[in-house]
Amino acid sequence: MSVLILTDGSDASRQALTLARRFGDPVHAVHMDAVAPFAPDSLAAILQQVADELNAAAVFAAGTDRGNEVMARLAARAGLPLAANCVAVTPGAPAALTRLRWGGSLLEEARLHSPRPLITVAPHTVSIEEGPEPIDVDVARFVEELDERDLLVRASDHVAPQDGGVSLTTAKVIVSGGRGVGSKEGFAIIEELAGLLGAAVGCSRAVTSAGWRPHSDQVGQTGTKVAPEVYIACGISGATQHMAGLKGAKRILAINSDPQAPLMLNADYTVTGDLKEVVPAITAEIRKRT
Amino acid sequence: MRISACIKRVPITGGRILLTEDARAINTQHLGFTMSPHEECGVEEAVRLIEANKGDSVVLTLGPREAVEQLRDAMALGVDRGIHLQTDGREWDGEATATALVDAIRADEADHGRFDIIFFGNESADSGGFQVGIRVAYALGRACVTGLKKVTLQGASVRCEQEVEAGRDVYVVPLPAVLTVKEGLNLPRYPSVPGRMRARSKPVSVVTPIRPDPRLELVSLAVPAGQGRRAESLGSGAAAAPAVVELLRKAGVL
Ligand SMILES: Cc1cc2nc3c(=O)[nH]c(=O)nc-3n(C[C@H](O)[C@H](O)[C@H](O)COP(=O)(O)OP(=O)(O)OC[C@H]3O[C@@H](n4cnc5c(N)ncnc54)[C@H](O)[C@@H]3O)c2cc1C
Ligand SMILES: Nc1ncnc2c1ncn2[C@@H]1O[C@H](COP(=O)(O)O)[C@@H](O)[C@H]1O
Repeated sequence: MSVLILTDGSDASRQALTLARRFGDPVHAVHMDAVAPFAPDSLAAILQQVADELNAAAVFAAGTDRGNEVMARLAARAGLPLAANCVAVTPGAPAALTRLRWGGSLLEEARLHSPRPLITVAPHTVSIEEGPEPIDVDVARFVEELDERDLLVRASDHVAPQDGGVSLTTAKVIVSGGRGVGSKEGFAIIEELAGLLGAAVGCSRAVTSAGWRPHSDQVGQTGTKVAPEVYIACGISGATQHMAGLKGAKRILAINSDPQAPLMLNADYTVTGDLKEVVPAITAEIRKRT
Repeated sequence: MRISACIKRVPITGGRILLTEDARAINTQHLGFTMSPHEECGVEEAVRLIEANKGDSVVLTLGPREAVEQLRDAMALGVDRGIHLQTDGREWDGEATATALVDAIRADEADHGRFDIIFFGNESADSGGFQVGIRVAYALGRACVTGLKKVTLQGASVRCEQEVEAGRDVYVVPLPAVLTVKEGLNLPRYPSVPGRMRARSKPVSVVTPIRPDPRLELVSLAVPAGQGRRAESLGSGAAAAPAVVELLRKAGVL
């Protein structure tokens, strides 16, 4: 039996493809840009028709914002359950799967009771296996017949990102501050060190809730997920929702006055002490050497 | 104008998640509870829209008896009333949750008129299903835009900014609409003491939907392995600075 995948050609899509192959052969592909500009209901409509025509055993997509959104629309339209952000799946009735909860802080074992499993695969969690490439579906005929209602929600414009220095998602170094920084003004020493290192400034939710930094600086489950070479956490306790943003960080350095803070126990390197002394001392040491 | 927001009660887990003995839930014995930051922004936006345009705001939750606390939290921020879909505390999957919410929304709309906007979080904090808002929108036959960081009313339409990798995509859809939002949409106000007092006497209606067997069925939970790294101490206080600089050198970032 064949399987259907919604793909954008990214590694995340190739990870989804790796799991999709377990559900059948061949794999057929519909591309994320089949309807441009992006119109998620249209993609869901196309996926539903193609899945019906192929009698697809399952439909897969990457667990990206767009992948999850289109698959949820397909699920709603087809009246089927959806398992989002899976890291492992085994076909069967029911299908057995493991999926992420709490932004990756917990794993859930689940059973999916469905005649056609709809599954998204959490990015960066599956190693890509080589195998037969998917067969592209010719969607022209489905696109022509799209209902006007399915084009109602459609990206009609784009706002470029604000030019705000080094971006959190691509930064090699992040200097991040938590409630321990104490105030909006307290971030001057964090910014100074970040400036010297060409680093981005990050923060915890305690900081954005207090209005000390904009939400665009927040790292974590409901902020940005980061993947720097070095993450320097200053005065951050290390709640699971903050750690959920750090899964991609290569090295974590925690600076905290409390050696028992969860971040001190989950870091690679620690400095115990008052960040108001430690951070300026690091800045001074770098200046001295360069 | 009528606006509603849907929120979910979740535990505040702190630094380490402990599971119950049967590993089917988080051990919440010593934990507080909250709604997701995404949902809090949905509530704040609902309150602002009603402050600016007059009308009626309603907050809905499906959850155990104690979830009335989260309804009160939303009403302390300014929402007018609550609807509690009371459960026995067992997990409901996204499909069943959406069906129950749709029934409650339809019933409220039959009595009081249509909601112009229904706010949801982009995803719930605990189960992260990424679907309840979208399912509700489909069932009601309304436009749905997801992952929003900005919402602006434009007459009978709403302009929405969706966060994407390089900036934001803009959608303009007619009302009534279902909008799923993310933290950062606004900065929710801190509930005032009078706000908390008023919330205590605001009306909450209770319904008890019947839980269908979940088609996405939770079997067990586990904390992923390899979370505790073995930390190497670089010292304490200002004296640790040279060791930190050495580390930055070795990591190739200096
Ligand atoms: C659903 C949900 C989603 C969430 N999403 C996020 C998210 O995306 N990102 C996020 O960050 N949080 C998130 N949170 C909030 C999270 O649970 C914590 O409340 C938050 O991360 C705490 O921030 P903090 O570590 O800065 O503050 P605290 O927990 O108060 O910790 C402050 C730390 O600073 C240390 N300290 C104090 N003074 C000094 C000093 N002078 N020098 C050195 N150290 C000092 C203290 O020892 C302490 O460890 C979320 C919560 C929920 C429920
Ligand atoms: N039990 C619930 N009661 C009310 N709203 C909910 C519930 N579960 C989910 N929602 C809403 O649906 C959104 C998406 O949830 P989910 O599909 O589980 O990721 C959440 O952010 C809430 O706004």
